[in-house]
Amino acid sequence: MKRRSRFLLFMGVFGFVFLYAPILSLVIFSFNESKLVTVWGGFSTKWYGELFRDPQILEAAWISAKIAFLSASIAVVIGTIGSFVLIRFARFRSKSLLSMMITAPLVMPEVIIGLSLLLLFVALQGLIGWPGGRGMLTIIIAHSTFGAAYAAVVIQSRLVDMDLSIEEAAQDLGAKPVRVFFDVTLPVIAPALMSAWLLAFTLSLDDLVIASFVSGPGASTLPMVIFSKVRLGVSPDVNALATIIIGLVSLGIIVAALQMSRSKRSSAN
Amino acid sequence: MSEGNATPDAEPRADPWADPHAVPFLQVRNVTKKFGAFVAVDNVSLDIYKGEIFCLLGGSGCGKSTLLRLLSGFETASSGQIIIDGQDQEGVPPFARKTNMMFQSYALFPHMSVEKNIAYGLKRDGLPKAEIAARVSDMLSLVQMDQFASRKPHQLSGGQRQRVALARSLVKKPKLLMLDEPLGALDKKLREETQFELIKIQESLGVTFVVVTHDQEEAMTLSSRIGVMTEGRIVQVGTPHEIYEYPQSRFVADFIGSVNMFEGRITEDHEDHVLIGSRDTQTDIFVPHGISGVVGQQVAVAVRPEKVQISKSQLHDMRNTFTGKIDEIAYMGNSSVFQVLLDSGKRVRVSQSNRMRSNEDTLKWGDRVHVGWHDDAGIVVSS
Ligand SMILES: Nc1ncnc2c1ncn2[C@@H]1O[C@H](COP(=O)(O)OP(=O)(O)O)[C@@H](O)[C@H]1O
Ligand SMILES: [Mg+2]
Repeated sequence: MKRRSRFLLFMGVFGFVFLYAPILSLVIFSFNESKLVTVWGGFSTKWYGELFRDPQILEAAWISAKIAFLSASIAVVIGTIGSFVLIRFARFRSKSLLSMMITAPLVMPEVIIGLSLLLLFVALQGLIGWPGGRGMLTIIIAHSTFGAAYAAVVIQSRLVDMDLSIEEAAQDLGAKPVRVFFDVTLPVIAPALMSAWLLAFTLSLDDLVIASFVSGPGASTLPMVIFSKVRLGVSPDVNALATIIIGLVSLGIIVAALQMSRSKRSSAN
Repeated sequence: MSEGNATPDAEPRADPWADPHAVPFLQVRNVTKKFGAFVAVDNVSLDIYKGEIFCLLGGSGCGKSTLLRLLSGFETASSGQIIIDGQDQEGVPPFARKTNMMFQSYALFPHMSVEKNIAYGLKRDGLPKAEIAARVSDMLSLVQMDQFASRKPHQLSGGQRQRVALARSLVKKPKLLMLDEPLGALDKKLREETQFELIKIQESLGVTFVVVTHDQEEAMTLSSRIGVMTEGRIVQVGTPHEIYEYPQSRFVADFIGSVNMFEGRITEDHEDHVLIGSRDTQTDIFVPHGISGVVGQQVAVAVRPEKVQISKSQLHDMRNTFTGKIDEIAYMGNSSVFQVLLDSGKRVRVSQSNRMRSNEDTLKWGDRVHVGWHDDAGIVVSS
């Protein structure tokens, strides 16, 4: 018994080390004094300073933030409408098919999503002259589509759990269906909307592959800039940047998880 | 919805259902509801009068909630007509109906305080703020929830939530309030207290109640009349007394309270009495009134356990007496229930109230006894 638990402990520690050692070393080396990435030269925050003086990185960060913000917002709106229609109005048979289709982008290889969106944009431009060249707009559209798929999954699970009779109660008290949606449904699923937004935001911030496909000149996102920098050799300021991103992403995930568990608890009552 | 008729009409309290000229407040005419091929509500017709507490009583899944949902507009009838206060409700959506509903799950808005929950319906009517506040606080004190006005539903106990749900459904002064198993989530003691409170509230506001329940005791306590439902049909409508004392079918006799059922056939049919031969009894059962039946027809005689008498000596003043021996005794505190195995092999339940603390003539297990009932205690049911 004791032997076994020690073995489990060992496996657990090993697993976590395996997962987090690379990240940890990255964080540690972002505070490295030395320019050599592999040699510790003492503690310093100079690479962070360097980072904030690099106009290319600052611009890319700003672009990424704008894209993530807008595409997450669009994704939540589309995801909400999609899941609402799916859960409340679709018939049983079509429901499972549609719900599978809406989640397909989750398992589709990113390369394929990127490529198909690129082809679509090119074709659209040929046909109707829109979206007028590739750049930020096309990235926003692309991120909205796959963000919406993730958002729909999160929102759907909340809608399924929701007690339908509270919507009926609102109607019974004299609220028309649209009112019911804004007075009752939306507030009840709000925590799910929040975590869906954070999820879509994080995914957009993270994405390299799809953005590379649909981006054009002048619209390089942060991951794209990092990737091109790293190809010329890893410099310590990239470590610093990565550390900041890790910090932000973890914060987002923690807040989203807290939101979800809080809403679960209050709806369980 | 806001005509403000809080005062109950001072109408004579004679039973309106016995008055052929009384106009029912709610009329359900041949209403059927099908879900696919499944018939959830089967050709139901009902007349419910103003000021009644009408209970729909039936087992789980018999279509009670579906019938309520038809009345409040959440389901559309496959056929038939529903008329409330003289208005055909066909095509009237739930938010436009002058009825309110207290949901089985209470369905409180989880993100709103108690106060906001109750005020919601009034806000939808666009009443002035001052009036809303006044009516909400009236309701809060009516259901004794004043101290909890700013709490959220998840900070309340089951009984408190039930009160909030009741207040929310009453605050618009609906003419017809539907309550779906309103006391289902409460424990026995709280439930009994609340039953009387419900009756008090109903009487003070003069609202017509339609209450769904599967609890026969609750139906007996609350209602002016009961409609007994099974498999989507209403099998009998009557006052609690009528339902208990004169059940019209084996199902109703069996469902309400407990009953001894003697299956048999009519052997003699006279103007003023009939005899029913049963394999369960040594001699024919005497029924002191004529019934609509023919000789040879299969019927059953239902006798309530508390109407059966038990004694070690001969029961002289009764025609329906049989012998047997005591098979089981259950002491229930206020009464004792005996299982008597008749010589015919039939088991009979006899219930006797324990008036004395001890009885020198105490009946014991295995005693040979006579059981019998007065002529009018048996009810003949043919369906
Ligand atoms: N929306 C629905 N679709 C299909 N069947 C339903 C639906 N609502 C209720 N039923 C069925 O109708 C029957 C009666 O349900 P209900 O009225 O809820 O019973 P209860 O008397 O317990 O309140 C049940 O067998 C239930 O499965
Ligand atoms: Mg029910």
